[in-house]
Amino acid sequence: MNRSIILSSVLHLFIIVLTAMSLPFLSKKAIDLPPIVSVELIQISEKTNIPYAPKAKKIIEKVKEKEKKLVSEQAPPKKVKKKKPDSVPMPEDKVKKVEKVKDDTQNPVKIDNEVKQVSEYEKEELFDPNNIAALIDKSKEETALEVNKTDQITQDQTKNFENTGLTLSEEDALKAQIFGCWSIPLGLPYNENLLVRIKLELKPDGSVSKSEILDHARMNRPGQGFYKVLAESALRAVKLCQPLRVPTTGYERWKELQLNFDAREMLEG
Amino acid sequence: MNIFRFILLSLILILFSTIKSYSLIEVDITRGNLNPLPVAVSPLSIDEKSKKSFENLLKKKNIGEEISLIVENNLKTSGLFNPLNKDAFLQSPDIANLKPRFEDWNLIKAQALITGKVTNVEDKLRVEFRLWDVLAGKEMMALAFTTVPTNWRRVGHIISDKVYERLTGEKGYFDTRIIYVAEEGPKTNRVKKLAIMDQDGANNKFLTLGNELVLTPRFNPTSQMVTYLSYFRNLPRVYLLDIETGLQEVVGDFPGMTFAPRFSPDGKKIIMSFAKDGNSDIYTMDLENRIVEKITNHPSIDTSPSYSPDGKLICFNSDRSGYQQIYVMKSDGSNVKRISFGKGIYGTPVWSPRGDLIAFTKLHKGKFYIGVMRIDGSGERLLTENFYQEAPSWSPNGRVLIFYRETKTNDKGEGFSAKLWSIDLTGYNERMVKTLTDGSDPSWSSLLSN
Repeated sequence: MNRSIILSSVLHLFIIVLTAMSLPFLSKKAIDLPPIVSVELIQISEKTNIPYAPKAKKIIEKVKEKEKKLVSEQAPPKKVKKKKPDSVPMPEDKVKKVEKVKDDTQNPVKIDNEVKQVSEYEKEELFDPNNIAALIDKSKEETALEVNKTDQITQDQTKNFENTGLTLSEEDALKAQIFGCWSIPLGLPYNENLLVRIKLELKPDGSVSKSEILDHARMNRPGQGFYKVLAESALRAVKLCQPLRVPTTGYERWKELQLNFDAREMLEG
Repeated sequence: MNIFRFILLSLILILFSTIKSYSLIEVDITRGNLNPLPVAVSPLSIDEKSKKSFENLLKKKNIGEEISLIVENNLKTSGLFNPLNKDAFLQSPDIANLKPRFEDWNLIKAQALITGKVTNVEDKLRVEFRLWDVLAGKEMMALAFTTVPTNWRRVGHIISDKVYERLTGEKGYFDTRIIYVAEEGPKTNRVKKLAIMDQDGANNKFLTLGNELVLTPRFNPTSQMVTYLSYFRNLPRVYLLDIETGLQEVVGDFPGMTFAPRFSPDGKKIIMSFAKDGNSDIYTMDLENRIVEKITNHPSIDTSPSYSPDGKLICFNSDRSGYQQIYVMKSDGSNVKRISFGKGIYGTPVWSPRGDLIAFTKLHKGKFYIGVMRIDGSGERLLTENFYQEAPSWSPNGRVLIFYRETKTNDKGEGFSAKLWSIDLTGYNERMVKTLTDGSDPSWSSLLSN
């Protein structure tokens, strides 16, 4: 009797231990350990490190040759440099290491070159007829180039661009246009909420196909008579301004637009 | 179950991420222009029969055109509207009143259009007018008035008020009158009469003969009653005058130096300052039972009291800090607080009918300024500067101030004049108000049509 109890207890204990030890692993997948990356420490001089990484130099030269075939003959060599980070082959461990060092030290130079030195071939690529406003001065030109760059680089950045909607210069152009059209009714009580939100549906040429006041119900509330005056002035501004100065591309992006007219700042000041 | 939850959660997350990526673009418009709104005031159309009948009655060739001129002038002087030149109008007044061709009005850059019609209905003047939103292509307002023909100027003012209110969001101030002290003669021997006129300077009338000195007339904010100070046998006497009936009564004789009686917002009391036993304090007098109550009790000189529109607070002048400054207290005289702290001397505080601002006169480095500040003393803005100017009085909507300005005399004592001026809260729209004679101490009435 005792023996069977002991045997049973031992067996139970065994099963419990086995369960406790093995079951959690059943639900988990084996950890997929990444291959060990060997890092070779290299000496970094004050100015540049390229001469101290002979293997990387070779690879870069290879890439340069490759890029030369792609880029036109007029393209200056610096342009080829720009493509380096994207084009450097990734699989080799040592190449990874070289790439890291390069990023740290040479990125700022690389961006400068991108903006300043653009070959004829590249200009065709970079010229966006929809950013004519952005070409007016140099600072805007730089912005336009940056936009193209972000389009190319990563998915994440593209997503950010979509969320922001209009670029700063596009938004500024639109704002400046509407500022000029909006005659603010001066009698409004400036200690009240003076925000009117208007949703617009736009045609590709920037003319307004539909405009809707979002807080329409507020007009009929007691003591909010001024809101009607304000909303009407905002609608007049939109009508007076159309066609609105919208970008000529990306219609899907701005075909619906919300304008938040807030007179408080002007009336308080 | 957990799997279902996971899937549900994932779906919600996916849904939100989708919304985010196609979110509506919002653009904040926080600035606009403060340019006057371009308005087309079309002459009111009138049929030949009515035209002739009104010509006989009023000696005005085309009464429709005259009324539209009043509207145009009012809107222009407000500084908020820019009435367009009538020569550019393409549509005739009668057709424009029926159905305006908005493209034509748009072409001359009008944003609002006023049209109307005048008819003679049983020897009465019937005026209908419409306000159109040119850009939206719709009617904003339509009203009709019938009145005795001699009231034609007031009809113009009422139309102006309605248009002003519809387009700016606050009540107008055109159908109002101004009472002031008309002055004539050399500076050393001025004849001062009480006079009243429309806010645009028309219909000027003298209410007193000029035998006695009159000072500081003030309108009752609720009716067409005026209180003013006059000297009778060299003693200051406070009078009440009903503008409609012309009846006048003496409120009382007060000792010593009495200053600036002013009505309470409900019109039932008069507040003023007078010197008793050599000390100037603020007193109120109930107009029904004539009981006088002392509000301040301080050895300093307290003068120029003015009630807030709700009657709960009073602002006044006092030199209790050494220099004359503006103070605010409760209407029972408690809780006295100094609100002006700028350099210079502050005087004649007047509470705005909107309740948000106090207008004042300031003397600093030999120059006089008319300015406004918030009721806690913050946000002081000086609107106008001159050699000598004082006594601001608010328009009933709290948007414009009227005051008087005196010019410097030359060495021979010539060249002195006192004129009424108005300025709006922006400080840009300063205008001289035309009066028959020189004028001082103006007071603006409430709207007559209320």
